[in-house]
Amino acid sequence: MASGVKPRVKVPKKAAAGETITIKTLISHKMESGQRKDGDGNTIPRSIINRFTADFNGQNVIDVAMEPAISTNPYFQFDAVVPEAGEFHFTWYDDDGDVYEMKKAVKVG
Amino acid sequence: MQLTRREMLAIGAGAIAMASGLPAHAALDEIAEFTGGAEMGEGGINITAPEIAENGNTVPIGVEAKGAVAIAVYADGNPVPNVAVFKFGALNPDQSATTRIRLAKSQNVVAVAQMADGSFTMAQAPVKVTIGGCGG
Repeated sequence: MASGVKPRVKVPKKAAAGETITIKTLISHKMESGQRKDGDGNTIPRSIINRFTADFNGQNVIDVAMEPAISTNPYFQFDAVVPEAGEFHFTWYDDDGDVYEMKKAVKVG
Repeated sequence: MQLTRREMLAIGAGAIAMASGLPAHAALDEIAEFTGGAEMGEGGINITAPEIAENGNTVPIGVEAKGAVAIAVYADGNPVPNVAVFKFGALNPDQSATTRIRLAKSQNVVAVAQMADGSFTMAQAPVKVTIGGCGG
């Protein structure tokens, strides 16, 4: 388990039905690229989050495949349509097999 | 046919890159993998990137392609050109996304969008990097 991994998500609490909202997500993660060397000249092994997905009530909004070129603390901003009240489900997949999840409910009206 | 084309691209990449502004040879193979060697159009895709990035460790970029099902982003001067592939679902209204990437040196950021009809379109943006971001 990579240490200090903390997802943060910014989603409006309320929206009108059919409204487009902007979502910002950030997860603290060192995103070791596998390119760096330590003091002894040994390559530090790659350890990144390799996939991020966002779904709303089971319908996909965005699915990102990530390479080591994504910066430390991966940040994504994107738009989503909210057709009805429900819940956003964000998932991050770590190289080491860990899965980090976060849910945010959105009210309509 | 595809293989011949790819070989030709690899051989001619240097010259073509100078002449017509195609991405450098390093990223072409990866792009061909994404597109399956299909022809690429232009337009319909936008990259938002700074002209000068002081810190290559975190360069904010945005991509947008209305009607795309997927956008792949490449950095042609990085040790590994692949950056990310964004796939857009049914609830995504405008097929755009913003993130932060690492750039090893001054180079082109290339975005290739796969449209709903199966066609591909490409755009690129040059970024000058003051401090490289791959710890090399």
